[in-house]
Amino acid sequence: MKVSKLFFVTLISALSFMAICAAESKLLFAEDKGLTIAREADRRDEGFGDSEEVFTMTLVNEHGSSVKRRMRVRTLERHNDGDWSLSIFDEPADVKGMALLTYSHGIDPDDQWLYMPALKRVKRIASNNKSGAFMGSEFSFEDFSSTNDIRKYTYKYLRNEQFAGMDCFVSEWVPAYEHSGYKRMIVWHDTLEYRVLKIDYYNRGDKFYKTLLLKEYKQFLGKYWRSMRMEMQNHLENRSTILTYDKYRFRLGLTERDFDQNALKRSN
Amino acid sequence: MMLRIFLLNPLTALLLALGMFFIICSNVHALELSGNVTAEYRYFFESPVRDNLEKHNLSVAFEPKLYHLFANSRDSISFIPFVRLDQNDPQRTHLDIRELKWQKVGGQWELRIGIDKVFWGVTETVHLVNIINQVDMVENPDEEDLLGQPMINLTLIQNWGNLNLFVLPAFRERTFPGRDGRPGSSVLISNDKAVYESDAKQWHTDFAVRWSKTIGPWDIGISDFYGTSREPRFDSSVFTLDSRGERELIPIYEITNQIGMDIQCTIGGWLLKLEAIHRSGQTDNFFASATGFEYTFENIALSGTDFGVFGEYLYDEREFKTMNRDIAAGVRLSFNDMQSTEVLAALIQDTKYSSRSYYLEASRRLGNSFKLAAEIRGVANVDDRDPLVEFKADQYVQISLGYYF
Repeated sequence: MKVSKLFFVTLISALSFMAICAAESKLLFAEDKGLTIAREADRRDEGFGDSEEVFTMTLVNEHGSSVKRRMRVRTLERHNDGDWSLSIFDEPADVKGMALLTYSHGIDPDDQWLYMPALKRVKRIASNNKSGAFMGSEFSFEDFSSTNDIRKYTYKYLRNEQFAGMDCFVSEWVPAYEHSGYKRMIVWHDTLEYRVLKIDYYNRGDKFYKTLLLKEYKQFLGKYWRSMRMEMQNHLENRSTILTYDKYRFRLGLTERDFDQNALKRSN
Repeated sequence: MMLRIFLLNPLTALLLALGMFFIICSNVHALELSGNVTAEYRYFFESPVRDNLEKHNLSVAFEPKLYHLFANSRDSISFIPFVRLDQNDPQRTHLDIRELKWQKVGGQWELRIGIDKVFWGVTETVHLVNIINQVDMVENPDEEDLLGQPMINLTLIQNWGNLNLFVLPAFRERTFPGRDGRPGSSVLISNDKAVYESDAKQWHTDFAVRWSKTIGPWDIGISDFYGTSREPRFDSSVFTLDSRGERELIPIYEITNQIGMDIQCTIGGWLLKLEAIHRSGQTDNFFASATGFEYTFENIALSGTDFGVFGEYLYDEREFKTMNRDIAAGVRLSFNDMQSTEVLAALIQDTKYSSRSYYLEASRRLGNSFKLAAEIRGVANVDDRDPLVEFKADQYVQISLGYYF
C-alpha cells in the first residue's frame, strides 16, 4: 500500500513536472523560432551595400480625396550599427529640397538632422519622434527605420498560415526600443523567401490600429527582394497611404561622404 | 567685374547672369526649374507715425530656382534670383541674387564659388553666430531673410571635423525700409549714404572660418569672422537730411572680428542650445549669448501632433539692443497632417523694463501647390526707455499665399 501511494505521488509529480516543462519548452520554442525567422530574413538581406529608391506616396483621407508626395531615399548598409539613410523630398513643391539624414542605432535612439533649403539651415532634431506621422502619411518614422538590429524587437512564433497563396510564418513582434507607437505587431513572412507580406499593428492601448500589405515583390541582384507597392491602412481613422516604387538601384558606390551633413545640404 | 555690376546695378547683373546661365546650360537637357510666387498682405494696427504711411500693404515676390547637376554628379550650378514688388515702399521693391554658384564635390572637400547663403546657429529667437550674409531687413524684421553673398568657400571634411574656409570679396549693405515703409518707420535710415571704416568700402576682402563636428549627442561649431560688420552702428550725430529736410541716420560699417560658438545637445525629446559671440572692433567690444532649450512632446494623445516648448535667455552687453536681457518662451505645434499645418508662437520679456514683444507664425498647405501663411508681430507694455519703443507704431498681421512649382 505504502509503496503504491509513494509511487502514485511520484507519478503525479513527474507528470506535472513534464507538463510544466512542455509548456515552458513550447514557449521557448515559440520565442526561439520567432527569433530564428527574423534572423533568417535579416541574413537574406545582408550585403546589399547601398541603394537608392524613388517612390510616390499617395495619401488618401477619410473622404477619399488624395494627395501625392514624391521622394528619394538613399541607404548605406552598416555592419556594426543601424543603416544610414538620406531622404530627399521632391514633391509637394513647397518642401522640394528638404531632406532628412538618419543614422539609425537599432535599439538606441537614432541621430537625425533635417535640412530646410529656404533657410539653408541644418537642424538636429529630437530623437524621440518614432511614432509621429511621416509627412502626414499613415506611416510612422519607426516604420521606415532600419530593422537590421535584431535586438529592436522580441519575437514569438505563433503559427503557420496561408496568405496571398503562400505558406507563411506568423509571428508576434514586440518593440524593445523606447517611444514606439506600437504595443505589438503581427508579421507574416513567406516560408520560401522570408519576405514580409503583411504586418498588423496594435497601438499602445493594444487596439487594432493599422495593416501594411507589401505587394509586387521584385528580386534585385539575383538575391534581394523588394516590395514595389506597399499599402498602409489605418483602421481607426479610415485613412490609407500607398507607396509605389518607380525604381530601385543597388551598389551605386555610395560612401559615408554621401551621408554627411554636407551631402544633406546638397540635396536637390 | 560681374561682382561689381551685381552690386551696383542688380538688374543688369541679373540679365547677365541669366544669359550666362542659359549659355552654360544650353546643351544640357536636365535643367531643373522650381520656385514660388507669393502674394502678401500686411495690416498695421496702430496709427502711423507719419501721414504718408498706410495701414494696408500689398506685395508680391517671385523666387525661381534653376539647378543643374552635371553627369559626373560632382559638379552643379544653381541660380536663384529674387524680386519683390511692394505697393507702398520703393525700398522694399527690390531685386537680389540669392544664389548663383558653381559647386564641386570632392572626396574630402567641397568648393563653392559664386553667390550663396550660409546659416550657422541653433537658437530660435536670435541668430547671433550667423554672420556670413547680410540681412535683407525690408523683407522681415525677424532677420531670417538674407541677401546673397559673393564668396569662395572651401570645406575640408576630415575625421577631426569639418573646416569651412571663406573668402568674401564684397560686402552687401543692409536694406532698410524707406520713408513710406513699415515696419521700422520710427527711425529713418539712409539706404545710399553708408559710411565705412575701411577705405576699400564695400570692396574690403573679408575672411571667415568655422570648425564643426558632431560628437554623439553634441553638435559643436566654433567660428571666426574678420571683416566688415554686417550689423551697422548708428550714431545720432551721424545723419543726413532728405529732400524734405527730415533726418536720416547713416549706417556706419566698421571692421570687426567676431568669435562665435554654437552648441546643441540632443537627448531624447530635449534640445539644449547655446550660442555665444564676442565682437571686437574700433568701437564695438562686447559679448552676447543665447542659452536655451526645446522639449518636444511627440504624438500627444496619439493624435499625431507634436507639441514643443522652448525657452531662451538672451544676453547682450550692448544697452541699445532690443533683446539684451530678455527671457523668451514659446510653443511649436506640428500637426503632421496632410497639409503640414504648423504653428509657432513666442513671447520675449525684457527683464529690465516691463516691455515684451511677441510673434506668431502659422502655415498650411492648400492642395499640392499652394501654401497659406499668417504672421503677427507686436509689442506690449513698452517702456519708453526700451529701444523696442521704435516698433510700437508698427505692429502688424500678415497673410500670404504662395504658389510653388
